[in-house]
Amino acid sequence: MAMKEAMAGKQGAIMRSELGRVRGLGTARSGAGHWWAQRLTAAALVPLAVWFVISLLAHLGADGAAMARWAGRPWNSVLLLALLIALFRHLALGLQVVIEDYVHSEGAKLVSVAAMKGVLALLWLAAVVAVLKLAFAG
Amino acid sequence: MQDVREALMAGRASDGQLVRRPLSPHLQVYRPQITSTLSILHRITGIGLGVGTLLLVWWLVALASGAAAFAAVQWFVASWVGLVLLFGWTVALLFHFCNGIRHLAWDAGYGFEKPVYHASGWAVVGVSVVASLVVWAVGLAIWW
Repeated sequence: MAMKEAMAGKQGAIMRSELGRVRGLGTARSGAGHWWAQRLTAAALVPLAVWFVISLLAHLGADGAAMARWAGRPWNSVLLLALLIALFRHLALGLQVVIEDYVHSEGAKLVSVAAMKGVLALLWLAAVVAVLKLAFAG
Repeated sequence: MQDVREALMAGRASDGQLVRRPLSPHLQVYRPQITSTLSILHRITGIGLGVGTLLLVWWLVALASGAAAFAAVQWFVASWVGLVLLFGWTVALLFHFCNGIRHLAWDAGYGFEKPVYHASGWAVVGVSVVASLVVWAVGLAIWW
């Protein structure tokens, strides 16, 4: 019976330690998901950032048309999108902890984090739409 | 609700009188070390790179918008301001990248011994500086 509840708990969205789950104690908030997302996006960014910097160096001096063709090629579009997804998620998570460290009033903290995420979401969408445009319209 | 006492660092003496509690100096006296310095640099470069993503988004949107828009962003990047920003961004990226890997090693449980984190810290500084110079040497050689 306890095993079944434990298994059902594992499917929950909030990550929690076994002991915390059993005792019903522990933090009221969940930082574990944030912790993992930050590390996973960091690991993804290692190869993606290297690829991006090398690609930029390889195309120094290229004109807009050549650059647009490069970005529109399927593999490059996919990697650019992956880079944008990992980058913006990593950036949002990083800026969130910075805001949480320095903004102490609960209300101002909430508004700052929400505003930051909103701005980044719009920037991310602009970049993604640009890459998709290059991929499909050519 | 914000606690006013926290803001004023006020306390009460035993007779109930409000007094300003004394605070120990910290940043004013603590000797900067490789650990603390690299830690705050990691945060600073992270924020700097975040600002740099504005340029990245502008560049991508301009690339998709056509020749005129792209020429404008390329002009900015090639200007003195743009080149200084780009160099700063390169250094920030390489430092954050190398120190980030150092962080991932810590997360996996490696490198907490004092001689190891001292060595890895200085290695990060060295690799960041050298790699930045190499990338820029390669870039300038290709571009000019």
